[in-house]
Amino acid sequence: MRKLIKYLRHYKKESVIGPLFKLLEASFELLIPLVMAGIVDKGIRERDTGYILSMGGLMIGLGVLGLICSLTAQYFAAKAAVGFGTELRKDMFAHISSLSYTELDALGTSTLVTRITSDINQAQAGVNLVLRLFLRSPFIVVGAVLMAFSINAGLALIFVVLVPLLSLIIFGVMRASIPVYRQVQNRLDNVLLATRENLAGARVIRAFSRQKAEMAEFDSQSQLLMKTQLLVGKISALMNPATYAVVNGAILLILWQGGRTVYNGVITQGELIALINYMTQILLALVALANLIITFTKASASAIRINEVFAETSDMAQPLQSAHQAFSGQAGAAPAVEFRGVYFAYRGNEDALSDITFAVKRGQTMGIIGGTGSGKSSVVNLIPRFYDVREGSVLVDGCNVKDYRFEDLRSVIGIVPQNAVLFAGTIRENMRWRKPDASDEEILRALEIAQARDFVEAKPEGLDTRVSQGGKNFSGGQRQRLTIARALVGDPKILIMDDSASALDFATDARLRRAIAKNTEDMTVFIVSQRASAIRNADCILVLDDGEAAGLGTHSELMESCEVYREICQSQTDEKETKRA
Amino acid sequence: MKKDTMKRILLLIKPYMHFLALSLVFAVISVVLTLYAPVLIGDGVDLIIGRGQVDFKGLAPLSVRFGAVIAGTALTQWLMNLCNNQITYRVVRDIRTEVFFHLENLPLKYIDGHPYGEVISRVITDVDQFSDGLLLGFSQLFTGIITILGTLAFMLSIDVKITLVVVCITPVSLLVAAFIAKRTFSMFHKQSSTRAEMTSLVEEMVGNQKIVQAFSYEQRAEGQFEDINRRLQECSLKAIFFSSITNPATRFVNGLVYTGVGVFGAMAAIRGAVSVGQLSCFLTYANQYTKPFNEISGVVTELQNAFACASRVFELLDEQPQKSDAPDALVLTPEMVTGNVDIEHVDFSYVPEVPLIQNMNLKVQPGERVAIVGPTGCGKTTLINLLMRFYEVNSGEICVSGHPVTQITRDSLRSNYGMVLQETWLKAGTIAENIAYGKPEASSEEIERAARAAHAHSFIRRMPKGYDTPITEAGGNLSQGQKQLLCIARVMLSLPPMLILDEATSSIDTRTEVRIQQAFERMMQGRTSFVVAHRLSTIRSADVILVMKDGHIIEQGNHTELLKKNGFYAELYYSQWDTQGGKEA
Repeated sequence: MRKLIKYLRHYKKESVIGPLFKLLEASFELLIPLVMAGIVDKGIRERDTGYILSMGGLMIGLGVLGLICSLTAQYFAAKAAVGFGTELRKDMFAHISSLSYTELDALGTSTLVTRITSDINQAQAGVNLVLRLFLRSPFIVVGAVLMAFSINAGLALIFVVLVPLLSLIIFGVMRASIPVYRQVQNRLDNVLLATRENLAGARVIRAFSRQKAEMAEFDSQSQLLMKTQLLVGKISALMNPATYAVVNGAILLILWQGGRTVYNGVITQGELIALINYMTQILLALVALANLIITFTKASASAIRINEVFAETSDMAQPLQSAHQAFSGQAGAAPAVEFRGVYFAYRGNEDALSDITFAVKRGQTMGIIGGTGSGKSSVVNLIPRFYDVREGSVLVDGCNVKDYRFEDLRSVIGIVPQNAVLFAGTIRENMRWRKPDASDEEILRALEIAQARDFVEAKPEGLDTRVSQGGKNFSGGQRQRLTIARALVGDPKILIMDDSASALDFATDARLRRAIAKNTEDMTVFIVSQRASAIRNADCILVLDDGEAAGLGTHSELMESCEVYREICQSQTDEKETKRA
Repeated sequence: MKKDTMKRILLLIKPYMHFLALSLVFAVISVVLTLYAPVLIGDGVDLIIGRGQVDFKGLAPLSVRFGAVIAGTALTQWLMNLCNNQITYRVVRDIRTEVFFHLENLPLKYIDGHPYGEVISRVITDVDQFSDGLLLGFSQLFTGIITILGTLAFMLSIDVKITLVVVCITPVSLLVAAFIAKRTFSMFHKQSSTRAEMTSLVEEMVGNQKIVQAFSYEQRAEGQFEDINRRLQECSLKAIFFSSITNPATRFVNGLVYTGVGVFGAMAAIRGAVSVGQLSCFLTYANQYTKPFNEISGVVTELQNAFACASRVFELLDEQPQKSDAPDALVLTPEMVTGNVDIEHVDFSYVPEVPLIQNMNLKVQPGERVAIVGPTGCGKTTLINLLMRFYEVNSGEICVSGHPVTQITRDSLRSNYGMVLQETWLKAGTIAENIAYGKPEASSEEIERAARAAHAHSFIRRMPKGYDTPITEAGGNLSQGQKQLLCIARVMLSLPPMLILDEATSSIDTRTEVRIQQAFERMMQGRTSFVVAHRLSTIRSADVILVMKDGHIIEQGNHTELLKKNGFYAELYYSQWDTQGGKEA
């Protein structure tokens, strides 16, 4: 939590005024029992109606002042807390944009979503509560004890014993129950897991007729959860009765001891009543504090999760200015993309790529093939510098990718990612991701190459068709074609298709490849695929096996020389077909 | 509808009526004692009037009584809490188990048609919220109402006029709270809708951060985010501030009540109508009186929420379960299976408006291999759903070994099919447990034999704990291919007379693929098999190829016959496996 305090820096005034006014309000509240004591001792005893009325007026006055102070406090606390949340959120969002793929891999994007939403909300609620109440409760407790001392030191000693005892009970119960609560949470997670598992596995469970066993298992999980809940219930059910007993026990003591003191004329009856009232105030304040601590623990757990995000920083630096404007010059000079002895490892892992070297000329098509985990995606992810190489260098248009600004480098590359995700909005908006001012003509041309124009135009609203979040209102194949079109808008110089035609049927896939080859003469294309048929016509094929280049060449060259390539082709066609080609 | 929900909740509680009765008794006792305590304190104060005027003789028995009241209150409060816990958590366990059992009997149509998250949130979140509401309802609604009534009675027994002051001013605090709540509702609504807007933006932009960076979209995303963030700041501030007025405002009204009681009480004391002790007792009541009102209004919202959650859970429970097997349904033993499967005039569709399979006919002879091919969405999976009777046909009949499937028990029908699907589902547990899933009593030798037959033994042996290696949720520590091998081993263990196999389309490395292929081959020896096929070798070796498109079998025959026909299959074949050939053709 401490690290996050800096987000209150623009709200210093608010974060001081809030608690300050809260304390002011609490002081007024502490005065009330004394005023009441006055009414009893002076008003009633001396039958002074005027005094009683004026004291009544004073209490109302204190009430009004208290209300004003507390409203002021609430407002400034809310302002500071909301401001805190807003700035923190903004900063985190910007921070996430600055992370490279390495950090995104380490954190995982789904947890980032909960951290920037619910965790920050939780922290914000925590700040709000702390500003409003954190000082108030201890202040009331200390104040009440001091007031008791001002009445009578001897009787105040009862308070001195009571406060630690109450705290011990409240925090003891909390301490005993929190680990059990955690256990309840774990058991609940197990129940959740069992439910999810059964939904996902409904077919298999039924195929093996295992419903009864699954039910029995769930029943025992559910039973276990209940037992733990009952246990924690038993512990926390102690809190209220115990505090009640202790406070009233103290009141009993005050009556008993107070009787003597009053008898000796040291204090008055009214002051005795005031002491009893202070006792009640302490109880209320401590209970409020206990509730506060629960919220605060939640908030600080969130704070830890938030700080974890900020602790991840990108070590990928970009120059202030690109060394060179990519693809501005004449063709032919330098290869469009070149790998020189590239070694690459994901953080904390062994090398995913070792000693990869190749060069692709402008306008050529390179196919990359290999089994899962062989490093195909790693190769193409290095071109837009999503990751940095461990050794060696990656060059785009003759210049090391590290010498470009990210935006300059990535603006010449069109990427079709493995999972076809579209964003909420219209088709047109989605098509303008690469080029914000793309005309409808450009978009339609890209759609046509991507074999998507037909179905887009078949929609009554054409390019204005709504796309729901993730593009779920389109089929997998349609989504893939749209993401391909998205990458083609604005004529990228390099097109990377990372296994991005897997949901297309083979005929469409073939048409798509032909269209790309025909319409994009100047474009350098990378096709990553598991299908030999998708890359066999490429100008150059890189065969990867466990991160190493097992072969580099054309289809017919590789059929002659590369064992791994032959194996892949054979597993996908059969002997006769392969030979005929 | 609401009445119905109430009735069903009561039915759920019924088995725990004794706890409920006890809880009520304890609640009444503890409230009465709680209210009696201030009277005793007041009496005590009255015994201590001033210097030399203290009745120590009276104070002693009073202290004893007070002590007893304290002990009694604490004990009954605790017992009441325990009873409430028992009711709540038992009811919750009951309802959760019931929902789960119901899930196992729901037709797959329901499970396929609802996102898992939605069902899970009913089983977990809704039930939880219901339990919270129930617990709060029991512990606070009861005691709240009894406290209000009891306080009123105690106050009236002491002094009517001062009671009137309390009764008249208190509603003001409720009105204020209601007024604020009404005003803030729209602000909260706005806040939550803005939050939802932000969440969906964040889900998109952060969830797909890699794409955002790939398209240098960061700046634009930040712009969109900033816009929502600003709006959120504005409406959050309003919502938080205005809602936080409630507390100080009610406290202020409380102060008014307190002052009123103080002033009127003091006046009455001067007249001698009440004693000072009674006045202090009144002050305590005045402090306490508004509390149950506030609590009850809180409980009411909580209960409304709990009811809403309960009705969502009941909705799930009201889903029609699948028709249970006929009492005289046939139990199909493996010995009875001949291998004949006949599909006659079958019509099927998921949604009535969109017909899918229409008048499908197919006769499969014992031991035949049927390959099903066609573009995505053509009805391949649907056919599996019908064969396994995961879904019921709309009309027509499917017969296995001459018996219509509707006259066979589901369990026995399914146990005669070995099924390996593309989505490999494994259970949390060890590898051995997963292989023995269909036959939990299998010995470790049997398990190992099955694993060997599925070519899974070698990789399992290399796992840290071999067959006892735990599989994490959804098999995270295994590769896709390894998972598939385990699924095959699972079927290998009992190896039923008929097979349904779904070949993986991608993401398996070549060597594992070859192994899976061999395992499939071994399984299919002499068994009637249905294979959703993607690889040429499977298709070419099939006895019958079903070419499906839009739910119809548009072509049927073996490889050579179909190629000769030069129809859809031929087109598919050439574009898929041989682009060059396709051009020539």
